[in-house]
Amino acid sequence: MHLDHPVTMPHRHTHSADPRRPDGSRRALRIGFGGPVGSGKTAAVAALCRTLRGRLSLAVVTNDIYTQEDAAFLRREAVLPPERITAVETGACPHTAIRDDISANLEAVEQLEQELRPLDLILIESGGDNLTATFSRGLVDTQVFVIDVASGDDIPRKGGPGITTADLLVVNKTDLAPYVGADLDTMAADTRRQRKDLPFAFTSLTTDDGIRPVADWVTERLTAWRSEAGR
Amino acid sequence: MSRTALLLLADGRFPAGGHAHSGGMEAAVASGAVHDTTSLEAFCRGRLHTAGLTAAGLAAAAATGHDPLALDDAADTRTPVPALRHIGRRLGRQLLRAARATWPCPELDHIAHHRPGGVHQPVVLGVAARAAGLTPLDAAHAAAYDSVGGPATAAVRLLSLDPFDAAAVLGRLADDCDDVAGEAADAAGRVATAGTTVLPAASAPLLDITGEHHAAWTVRLFAS
Repeated sequence: MHLDHPVTMPHRHTHSADPRRPDGSRRALRIGFGGPVGSGKTAAVAALCRTLRGRLSLAVVTNDIYTQEDAAFLRREAVLPPERITAVETGACPHTAIRDDISANLEAVEQLEQELRPLDLILIESGGDNLTATFSRGLVDTQVFVIDVASGDDIPRKGGPGITTADLLVVNKTDLAPYVGADLDTMAADTRRQRKDLPFAFTSLTTDDGIRPVADWVTERLTAWRSEAGR
Repeated sequence: MSRTALLLLADGRFPAGGHAHSGGMEAAVASGAVHDTTSLEAFCRGRLHTAGLTAAGLAAAAATGHDPLALDDAADTRTPVPALRHIGRRLGRQLLRAARATWPCPELDHIAHHRPGGVHQPVVLGVAARAAGLTPLDAAHAAAYDSVGGPATAAVRLLSLDPFDAAAVLGRLADDCDDVAGEAADAAGRVATAGTTVLPAASAPLLDITGEHHAAWTVRLFAS
């Protein structure tokens, strides 16, 4: 695993994602989770909720493609109380809802903030999409891109905005590598080449505390977000 | 007026949430009512002359500077179905966000302040048009076109229709859109003296019924 040092996040000069609430206090940190279908975004979000819910006030927004299945899964797994999980519909275009027209997601995020305040952290999960789907900086403060070993060990080499520019890249399902003939060393080398100094983590969410590297990164980001708020 | 501002306001890429809504098309496709280019055109023509005309009247009236809160009540009166009232206000909130960022002005702030739950989308469209320096007729054009542009795009996604055929449908509806916008703007011109009752109140009962049903579906591509 390779994680960078916490960096001071830039202010977001967008109309809708002002980092402060009207009363001057810091709003919740918003983290986007994107990536292809089936790479483990929902599993990662669920594992993060289980790990962090004891010490943070959390909420989740899901962006399903044509159902509320991801939201239903999170509710069924009881990773958070149901009122902390909201589903956004995306009209068959999941990338539009997180990048080109973020209005429905912003509505969902702000409603959660209003009803559950004070919130520390809002996780926004995109619908499964392709390697070019990234979140608008008007919607999230930082974003995680999730790919998996079983989809082919050449995916890091192929690159794309998600892999090269996400604030954290998660390469999931490392436990499956021997069964699908994936070479983890090659994947790590390609990942390092694509991302230069940006952090990434190889995870297996089927193992105990497999989400730890991601949870640690999220905690670092939250600390940086709050320390910026103190200034 | 700025003709370019009208293009921006009516552009499907204007980030106001419309892409996730089919304007009743998803329900119409599921029932088999829309299944090809011909039935798409019939659906769009029907929607334009009912829901589209009503929306265009509200938008044009809002663009005259008439009280948007009174027009929101008038929109409720013309929207009998709870699911579509809910959608209308949600889309209104989303459009308001985009409009305030694009054409900031006290009139848009006034809506946000007095109706935090949102006002109906056509009313916001009219106030936004006014804020952009557009005329009531412009606002009516934007609303009329919006009433068919969204469903046509949705049909392409739902039925894998040829997108050129769908564009041609919209092209053939251009004169109808102009007529609807003109009628709506004429009515809006009388609102200041005669009140909101002179605005068009054409309804499409089947769109209302299927809109309410669609809101209860558990598996769907579009929010409405």
